[in-house]
Amino acid sequence: MGAKRFGGLAATILAMTLAVPAFASDAKDDPLAAYRSGEMYSGYVTGDPSSREIQDDDMMNPSFLWVDKAAELWTTADGTAGKSCADCHGDVESLKGAATKYPTTDAATGKFMNVELKINDCRERQMGAAPFKFESDELLGMTTLVKLQSRGMPMNIDITGPNEKWFKKGEEFYFTSRGQLDLACADCHITNEGMYMRAEKLSQGQPNGFPTYRMKWQKLGSLHRRMRGCNDNIRAEKLKGLGEDYLAVETYISWRASGLPVETPSVRK
Amino acid sequence: MSAKPRVRVPSTAKKGEVFEIKTVISHSMESGQRKAADGSPIPRKIIDKFVCTYNGKEVMTSQWYGAVSANPYLEFFCTATESGTLEFTWHDEGGETYTATADIKVT
Repeated sequence: MGAKRFGGLAATILAMTLAVPAFASDAKDDPLAAYRSGEMYSGYVTGDPSSREIQDDDMMNPSFLWVDKAAELWTTADGTAGKSCADCHGDVESLKGAATKYPTTDAATGKFMNVELKINDCRERQMGAAPFKFESDELLGMTTLVKLQSRGMPMNIDITGPNEKWFKKGEEFYFTSRGQLDLACADCHITNEGMYMRAEKLSQGQPNGFPTYRMKWQKLGSLHRRMRGCNDNIRAEKLKGLGEDYLAVETYISWRASGLPVETPSVRK
Repeated sequence: MSAKPRVRVPSTAKKGEVFEIKTVISHSMESGQRKAADGSPIPRKIIDKFVCTYNGKEVMTSQWYGAVSANPYLEFFCTATESGTLEFTWHDEGGETYTATADIKVT
């Protein structure tokens, strides 16, 4: 009798397994096709319709308050050189596509930088101005303004040459268990992506929408802030924002997001 | 952060047409529930009143209470009567006011 029951259960499981492909949507009919690239998909796909609606309308998206402020800063001279961003770069539209290649090794200094660090490097070396603080409204706004110029363009970072060691370091971090819960980034964002963790659907942890306006934060926030939150959740040590570890992880996940469109500034709950 | 409020009003409208207005303002909407690093409570400071005037005439007013998010967004409709200026004013509990204006041409 036990075996018979088991057989019935097995048949049910088989039927369920067979039914799954019927739900898989055809790429042509998928309204979210633009937010997918092969196996990878943006957090926009796992997000709920109400936050998507806010992201889709630049008036509703509060991130643009920061963008407006940054656009003012763009033309404001600062530092000992008395120059503004616009004095070298002209219109900010000249940076179209630039953000898709970051993080990368800076040609002039040989240092490895993401967009935030590049902005601060520009301020220090070209303008003679103090760097913006991590997570300051100025740095968040300027990063968003720069990345916004590449909105819709596919992420495309180079992991060869001098960038390779950063990629390797990031990959190692990503697959290393840490914290009291002994979890690696990959445990949630690769092994269990799409599954529920209590009421929350686990995303792939893609970086293409950062800085993001997060409802929980009630403000714009950076990728490194999100990583600090992740590490805190697994009861691991929160590492330094814009530090080497998170920069390496950013490299790995930016490579993983290759082909996904830059969505900055995204809106997430 | 103190960015200028963002408002969107169509630049032109036909007389009698109902048009949409979208506004968003940068405000922390401090709830009064939070504590500072030293444990002392942070006093509540939220926007509690919003007023929109059309050529000086009040066309929309709104009272706000707790539980409104930071950087609140408001969307409403208005009937085009004459060319002129729409003025938007947000009043917060600290006595501060924030204003924005937009022009509309009615044909």
